[in-house]
Amino acid sequence: MKRIFQSTLPILFTLYLLFFAPASFGQATDWKQIQAPPLHAFQTPVPTRIQLSNGLVIFLVEDHELPLVRGIAQIHGASRDESRDKAGLVEIFGQAWRTGGTKNKTGDQLDDYLEARAARVETFAGNDFVTVSWDCLEENLDDVLSVFVDLLRQPEFREDKIALAKNQINTNISRRNDSPFEIAFREASKLVYGADQPYGRVAEYATVAAVTRDDLLQWHKRYVHPNNITLGVVGDFESKVMEAKLRAAFESWPKGPVAPKFQVTFHRPKPGIYLVQKNDVTASTVQMVDLGTTRDNPDYFALEVFNEFFGGSLASRLFSNIRSKKGLAYAVGGGVGAEFDHPGVVRLFMGTKSNTTAAAIDAFDEELDALKTNACTPEELAKARGALLNSFVFRFDSREKVLRERMTYEFYGYPQDFLEQYRAGIEKVTQEDVARVAQKYIHKEQLAILVVGKPADFDRPLSSFGPVATVDISIPPPAGGRK
Amino acid sequence: MKQDRGYIVVLALFLLISTPLVRAQDLASFEKRITVKTLENGLTVVVCVRPEAPVFSFFTHVDVGSDREVPGITGLAHMFEHMAFKGTDRIGTTNYAEEKGALERVEQAYHDYDVERRKEVGRDEKKISALEKDWKDTMAAAQKYVVENQFGQIVEEHGGQGLNAFTDNEETGYHYSFPSNQFELWAYLESERFLHPVLRQFYKERDVVHEERRLGESDPFGRLFEQFAAAAYVAHPYGQPVVGWPSDLESFSMTDAERFYKTYYVPSNLVVTVVGDVRASEALAIMEKYFGRLSAGPKPEPLRTIEPPQTAERTVVLRETSQPVFVEGYHKPGARDKDNAVYEALQDLMSNGRTSRLYRSLVRDKKIAAFSGGFNGFPGAKYANLFVFFAISTPGHTPEETRDAIRAEIERVKKEDITDDELRMIKTRAKADLLRRLGDNQGLAFQLGTAQSLYGDWRELFRAVDHIEKVSKADIRRIANATFMESNRTVGMIESTQLAKAPAAGKETKP
Repeated sequence: MKRIFQSTLPILFTLYLLFFAPASFGQATDWKQIQAPPLHAFQTPVPTRIQLSNGLVIFLVEDHELPLVRGIAQIHGASRDESRDKAGLVEIFGQAWRTGGTKNKTGDQLDDYLEARAARVETFAGNDFVTVSWDCLEENLDDVLSVFVDLLRQPEFREDKIALAKNQINTNISRRNDSPFEIAFREASKLVYGADQPYGRVAEYATVAAVTRDDLLQWHKRYVHPNNITLGVVGDFESKVMEAKLRAAFESWPKGPVAPKFQVTFHRPKPGIYLVQKNDVTASTVQMVDLGTTRDNPDYFALEVFNEFFGGSLASRLFSNIRSKKGLAYAVGGGVGAEFDHPGVVRLFMGTKSNTTAAAIDAFDEELDALKTNACTPEELAKARGALLNSFVFRFDSREKVLRERMTYEFYGYPQDFLEQYRAGIEKVTQEDVARVAQKYIHKEQLAILVVGKPADFDRPLSSFGPVATVDISIPPPAGGRK
Repeated sequence: MKQDRGYIVVLALFLLISTPLVRAQDLASFEKRITVKTLENGLTVVVCVRPEAPVFSFFTHVDVGSDREVPGITGLAHMFEHMAFKGTDRIGTTNYAEEKGALERVEQAYHDYDVERRKEVGRDEKKISALEKDWKDTMAAAQKYVVENQFGQIVEEHGGQGLNAFTDNEETGYHYSFPSNQFELWAYLESERFLHPVLRQFYKERDVVHEERRLGESDPFGRLFEQFAAAAYVAHPYGQPVVGWPSDLESFSMTDAERFYKTYYVPSNLVVTVVGDVRASEALAIMEKYFGRLSAGPKPEPLRTIEPPQTAERTVVLRETSQPVFVEGYHKPGARDKDNAVYEALQDLMSNGRTSRLYRSLVRDKKIAAFSGGFNGFPGAKYANLFVFFAISTPGHTPEETRDAIRAEIERVKKEDITDDELRMIKTRAKADLLRRLGDNQGLAFQLGTAQSLYGDWRELFRAVDHIEKVSKADIRRIANATFMESNRTVGMIESTQLAKAPAAGKETKP
């Protein structure tokens, strides 16, 4: 049924030209002369939502453009839920789940089997969820789906692949101070969320070494249950047929304990200047950070508008004033971050040559001061709202995007029509709303200022801004290193 | 933009009509959806109809990158790319008539300052300071007319998505996506940026680009690859960094940029590709109207310099506090060579996924690398380039260890035929990977525009799979033996002065 949209679109477009195309295509000499016709209506495909009796939620979206089928299972229980003394556990889990194979096949056998079909089945560990996904040609669907199901339910976590995963993670640990940008983002997260807290803490050699195969098996046993999973499938299939296949594969899977809701109280960072000394660079990385908010906050829509004109677009204040006018930076931007079920990060970031480091902080301060007296002009409001609303179609211009959007709302317990609420919310934002949220979420005096760079080359010592706390980023060495 | 309610009704009516499904996966189906036209001024237009959603993407491909730069103006192609966001005589200014004069004064003042500053004998520091101040004053005067980033503002305000551009060693690209009702606005903006470019804020943007260079300098990979390319090429511009050398970024002028633009931004050097919810005849008419205004100019003659055969191995070693990296490259022909598909097959064999030879040897079995691969086409594809091998070592392992393991795999592919399974896998993957790249407007625009520019025919995108289908085991051995020779090799390494200690191996039991 849904494929009808695809084949009717060209006809609609013809009609649209008949009704709305300008009578003559006179060549405009000024962009203001060009009148765009209204965007013709576009019905987004609504994913079919199926809930099995064991709680597994399935979304199906047919897409017959290409003979491909993709599926992804989003599973509760992720890095943010692991214990501090085993930081890295879920990352190891996410790698060894796939490479460690199933009870029936080793990971290497799966590699050969799948690559011969140009197919992929992958597992991935994130902060908020773990995924198992597949991507295959329609002709190989049954072969690949059976691997997916087998892997989801019967992973083996063989020891050699656990060692391989640890080797990969230890490599990342050993290299994590090589790039100043990586340092800046990592240390900023520690400042905002806390070095021991989810989203702030990082894996160390010792916490990686502490993880055992039993931990991975236990993790699987604890979280991987149908009632903790959202499964989405998009591609070249008939929904009824796909539904039957998935029911056959999953209906008999018993329910398990529900993953507890993620609940951690975060505390705002201590304001001040933080320095990471790195002497092999010609430029400084500057970040000013604070704790942000969540998307179910009624202020979210006003913040979206604010972010757009303050630091989130090409024509934003930070980009225009600090990059284009002052030539201080290539990478500059910022805004108030909002996540689904935990606070995002308020962040202003910039890279600038070592001898304009203080000038860069001054430039940020200038923009922050300007917010106090002029948080939003009517033109900024109009342009930012226009940008968000006119580009809205790109939120659902592919069937896979529609699927992912729905899955995300399901996973975080957001209303299924959140995207529509978003549009309505943005439309209602006023200049007063933006001014109010700018004052409410951005406090110049409360920001933690982090600088990664070579202090000897700075234009002014950072102490001219206040007391400087030096951040030690040295990597705790592994216990009893080999060799 | 308000939505038109009437359309939902129209749409609902059409939902009742069913038409046969056309699958968009092979060359024949794309033949029906693609129209190519060369306008009278020499500009090539490619339109691909893909009515999945009421949006479209475009890609303007300009056949010039850092390949046309000579000492003194390295980084200029990339600089022009930045300037193409600064607007026109009508966009980005409060009063162009006055701004024009102000910009001429900036350029005169810069010229005076630059001549004095770069004197080799008898520099007068006081005079330099005074001239620098004059120059900065003229910039401040010109800045008064600027409407900041108005070009980008118009695009974003009308729903533009993914507005960006890039420059590499052989091309410059401009791209974004728009809702399909903004097609005419797009055609106006995209043609105007090349018809009436105004190089306002040139010297501030030069500082921005220098900051971009520092971003690369601050990353160990950036430092290594700049030195590696410079060592691999003694004559061809592939050895120059796209971003430019620092001295040139502090010297080249608006006048240099204008000269570069006049030579290379001629319609015959441009391919504009549009993919999405458009009707070919209407789109072509609008594009012809707007892009047809660009004045024809001679197509720049092909680059003269060809890298001479390498006769001695070259090595660069960076001794750093950062962790080890190994890279080595072998000179080979460019993408238009008849054997390109063999190199593509070699890349797949060596690098693609967990069945690849380098993964299995260095990562899985020897455990000396976290990543290793072999790639066709560094730093570009158009001219004779390098096949590059690469490894990131695991803690405690040196770049030399990864080098030896890579060399063992190279010897193997030179001496033994690859297996039937491997060859079949390469060919199956080539077909599937092409399919995976066809379901996205912007991605399609990039690929069609690049093929049209590089080969003079977008169909090469699809034919590449046929070329790979014809590759034999003997081809792979032949090419490996002809290419992977010591005298034809450049090696780059980061050697760590603080090599990480390997953590104690955990207990490992074989399955």
